[in-house]
Amino acid sequence: MSWAGAEDIFLSTSLASYLDKKLLVLLRDGRKLLGILRSFDQFANAVLEGACERVIVGDLYCDIPLGLYVIRGENVVLIGELDLEREELPAQMTRVSSAEIKRAQKAERDATDLKGSMRKRMEFLDLD
Amino acid sequence: MANAKRWTPLFRNKRGLFFSRRIRGFSFPRNENEAKKMLFFSYFKELVGKQVTVELKNDLAITGKLHSVDQYLNIKLENTRVVDEEKYPHMMSVRNCFIRGSVVRYVQLPPDGVDIEILHDATRREARGG
Repeated sequence: MSWAGAEDIFLSTSLASYLDKKLLVLLRDGRKLLGILRSFDQFANAVLEGACERVIVGDLYCDIPLGLYVIRGENVVLIGELDLEREELPAQMTRVSSAEIKRAQKAERDATDLKGSMRKRMEFLDLD
Repeated sequence: MANAKRWTPLFRNKRGLFFSRRIRGFSFPRNENEAKKMLFFSYFKELVGKQVTVELKNDLAITGKLHSVDQYLNIKLENTRVVDEEKYPHMMSVRNCFIRGSVVRYVQLPPDGVDIEILHDATRREARGG
């Protein structure tokens, strides 16, 4: 068995060219994980070192540290290489503590729940 | 292992036996299902280097240069831009990405991206069974 040359790796669709780089992994449930790719396979199972989850609510965001994560490939939507030259997020976004982001998340969830229940109550009006 | 070199059929269909062999880097599909998929794989390989928009099942649409595809129709894009950037601020600094084939809904192609005639012929050939 021989190892693929460096140029083969950059031409192929494999994740080899993303090894040891800081990546953004988008999951099927909408979660965003950041971390350094240490391993992967043909199913896009991946090992992220120093993983953290980036929670974004409106203009607030928070990185919740998770540690070493193995992600099952079927849950992966997209793996993006982060351009370190660029800003990761728009300038108007502010970083908050995890307690604060949880509060914001709950507020958002409650708002959507309320909207849903209001709609249900008004269904007899035959809107839209 | 005297018989090790003998060609053994991988599968049999109406037209005969399928043998394992390689011709100029092309390997025979291992079953009929795979043979059908190969058409789209070959097709996407033709599109490498072109500007495409990939729409995912979660409605995220990404435009970029097609860098490569593989057998699962996983896609790698270069110089990507998200179509609705305000809605997905976290994608701002992503320039290159890998998209898992199973989450793709559409791939929007440049109008000159494909010769319909050739694709049509290839499809008929596949339908006849190779």
